[in-house]
Amino acid sequence: MKILLQNLTKKFPGRGKKSTEEVIAVNDFTFEIPDGKLIGLLGPSGCGKSTALNLICGLQKPTAGKIFFGEDDVTDLPPEHRGVGLVFQSYALYPHLTVLKNITFPLENLRGADRLTKEEMEKRALEAAKLVQLEGLMDRKPSELSGGQQQRVAIARALVKTPRVLLLDEPLSNLDARLRLQTREEIRRIQRQTGVTTVFVTHDQEEAMSISDMIVVMKEGVVQQIGKPQEVYDQPVNLFVAKFLGTPPINVFQGKVSGGQLHIGDEVLLSLSDVPDQEVIVGIRPEGFILREDGPLSCDLTRVEVMGRDVSVVSTHPCSENPSIRSIINAENTVDPDAEKVRFALNPRKLYLFHPRTGERIPFTAG
Amino acid sequence: MENKNAKGWLYLLPAFLFLGVFMIYPLIDVFVYSFEEGYNSASQTFSGTGLYNYSYVLHDPYFLQAVQNTLILVAITVPLSTGLALLISVALSSIKPLRDLFQTVYFLPYVTNTLAVGLVFMILFKKTAYSDGLVNLLLQCFGGSSIDFIDGPYWAKMFVLCFYTVWVVMPFKILILTSALASVNQVYYNAARVDGTPRWRIFTKITLPMISPMIFYLVITGFIGAFKAYSDAVALFGTDLNAAEMNTIVGYVYDMLYGNSGGYPSYASAAAILLFAIVLTITCINLLVSRKHVHY
Amino acid sequence: MNKTTDYQRIERRARIGRILSNIAIYTLLTLWGLVVLFPFYWMLLTSVKSYGSYNAEHIPSFFTLSPTLQNYVDAFTTVNLGRYLLNTLLFTLATTAIMLVVITLSAFAFARLEFRGKNLVFTLFLSLMMIPNELVIITNFTTVTDLGLRNTFLGLILPSVTSVFYIYLLKENFAQIPDELYYAAKVDGTSDLRYLRRVMIPICRPTLITIIILKIIECWNSYVWPRLITDDPDYYLVSNGIQEIRENGFGRENIPAMMAAVVVISVPLIVLFLIFRRKVMAGVARGGTKG
Repeated sequence: MKILLQNLTKKFPGRGKKSTEEVIAVNDFTFEIPDGKLIGLLGPSGCGKSTALNLICGLQKPTAGKIFFGEDDVTDLPPEHRGVGLVFQSYALYPHLTVLKNITFPLENLRGADRLTKEEMEKRALEAAKLVQLEGLMDRKPSELSGGQQQRVAIARALVKTPRVLLLDEPLSNLDARLRLQTREEIRRIQRQTGVTTVFVTHDQEEAMSISDMIVVMKEGVVQQIGKPQEVYDQPVNLFVAKFLGTPPINVFQGKVSGGQLHIGDEVLLSLSDVPDQEVIVGIRPEGFILREDGPLSCDLTRVEVMGRDVSVVSTHPCSENPSIRSIINAENTVDPDAEKVRFALNPRKLYLFHPRTGERIPFTAG
Repeated sequence: MENKNAKGWLYLLPAFLFLGVFMIYPLIDVFVYSFEEGYNSASQTFSGTGLYNYSYVLHDPYFLQAVQNTLILVAITVPLSTGLALLISVALSSIKPLRDLFQTVYFLPYVTNTLAVGLVFMILFKKTAYSDGLVNLLLQCFGGSSIDFIDGPYWAKMFVLCFYTVWVVMPFKILILTSALASVNQVYYNAARVDGTPRWRIFTKITLPMISPMIFYLVITGFIGAFKAYSDAVALFGTDLNAAEMNTIVGYVYDMLYGNSGGYPSYASAAAILLFAIVLTITCINLLVSRKHVHY
Repeated sequence: MNKTTDYQRIERRARIGRILSNIAIYTLLTLWGLVVLFPFYWMLLTSVKSYGSYNAEHIPSFFTLSPTLQNYVDAFTTVNLGRYLLNTLLFTLATTAIMLVVITLSAFAFARLEFRGKNLVFTLFLSLMMIPNELVIITNFTTVTDLGLRNTFLGLILPSVTSVFYIYLLKENFAQIPDELYYAAKVDGTSDLRYLRRVMIPICRPTLITIIILKIIECWNSYVWPRLITDDPDYYLVSNGIQEIRENGFGRENIPAMMAAVVVISVPLIVLFLIFRRKVMAGVARGGTKG
């Protein structure tokens, strides 16, 4: 089932006595989610991604805009008629019901022609439980399960009614680091296996990048960029997206372009064509630094962190916006940890220029 | 260390004194009284010890009447008030406009003097030489015949007593249930809605189990409270409850102790202990039942 | 196309369902609101009807065009309502004040001081919460009578100046104050009493206010004990006073004047409640039961 969001907008009246200004949680969101894909809605907290999810599932009504599931306009349809499965951040498992009862709960609501017998319900619950590998735990109460198991019950409960769309709200945020890694693989596997169109919300860019077919980066209710994870990472449209994606984060410098050359402080980093003379913000991915004796960028070395496969070089530069610059280089290169200076050459494909005021990316051609 | 111990006890001294004199000593004394036969309050002597007081009380028609009244009152008002309070609380929780106003209004009976407002109920229900009273007039409007609710037939009086008792206990129950309902996490309702759960099913399958501990708390306190009913009856029917056939167990205790038929602390003690035993038994049964049905 | 109309039907049905249930909800709430408010309205209304016009009404009217305050004058002159009010006020203030001192000291001892037997005594206190008043009132009646305290304020007040429940409530609140504050005060040479007065009481003021309000409601409505212990109208509290008015009253059955007395008795608590609405309701929800 493909989902189409058309100029979707949600405004909230200002809360509190002082701020009567309304809050725009989702601003003019237009986007088509292709059938059978896994989509990550990504952004810092308060960016409106959860509101967007609630609009899709129908728990909240949009102020303006339309939502289509396939060809059907579902904008005003109450959630129960939309055929969505929703996994809540806190899982919302009914604490007084067993795992089996939790999973069959949505099935028991079916009426009329869709009505199932008890055996059918249990059969379907068992299928869903198998899918999330929970078969042995059907008689437990949620409080007797680990966080990861609870999460799977929640997913099974959302899937058991074979929804047209599966929605997950911060599905991994309540799990510890190891489980998180494992569970996100699970989600990917389950999504592949069922082929259900899935939208999930997260603030963790790594999570979104690792399993999504497509990510949507949001900020303050406005969609910044939509694309395949690698595309968005490699071609960020603005400074916000560039900063938000990638660990360690991108390194940002004050710089300027003059006479077809990019300067950071007194150093000339690159020659580039088709950029007029102006102040710019320079973003360099950690992996864009190349250790070279005669490299143009000279930094004061702070320390060297060895991480096995890679070496992380921490240094400072007077034009850097961050207190320290982190670069990742191949471990075969040796750095003298006692040296005062370290020099880098730069990979122009891992270097971006941004407009200092708007933050828009300025395209350039190196050479 | 000695000094520290003394200091702690010094701070506790006032509470200890008061509790000792007015709670611990009487607690022992009431059992002593209840076994002292033929106690004479003037000379403060008694003729022997035994179970005579209990047997007297259990054979006293006034006591049996009081037990009957109390049991009827409990059996009617506890389920009725709890159910009605649940209904109102659920309704209250599902609205936003005017909610504060309704809540405030509903709480008013809690802060009123039971005796004083009981008089208002009395004049609403009472038939006098001048007028049949408002309730009777309403009854006549709907084609009924007028009944004297205050000095008339037993069930009419019982009806007024139950009605007034429910009116008095509702604020507490509504308050407790609305806060219990408010504490149910909204996320469960959202989950149920996404799954297309009908309202009634949400209520029975989610809301009720989630607030079941509070409902049982209300049922237990309701039982205890209704068993101790007294001032509501006095407010409606005056202090001579035996004559009105509307006495309660607590009323019987006080009447034995003091007033026109008073001066028998031994009988009063025996009746009070019997009451305590009934309440304790019922509370224990309630707790046993609730352990089976309250889920977490 | 067929599908779209289907959706529209579902939407319309959902909307109608919502409207209908809203109507049902508001009707129910309004009905109960009327049941609650009507006695108050009736008592106000009756209290301003004149004696003559009230008794002339075979069918009581729902309003009056000639309100009179004569009944209020009667309530204060013919019977001793002023005296009852004053007694109740004195009784309430004295009981509440003494109780506050007693429970604060005990709660402080339980929460802050270390002494031998503390846990044992605390358990004993807690178990006393289960004892119903009806069980101990018989001996208390004899005790107070033997002490010759009938028809005195002392006899009225003394049995109700401790409450195990309030000690428990306050102790729990005191125990939440971090120990560091106490040690810091000790280092500065603050005495225990001063620490209690200057630190613990101000921090726990909300709980104390809750306790005060609950106690005031309790005192204002107390009936059983005052009835047992006083038979001299000079010492009647409002509950006994109203009962006295009902039974011996104004020489004749003067219902409007009686209602005026009821209004006067009810107003103070209602005003108090309306001022401290949230505090009262929160306090009652935390553990008050009536009776």
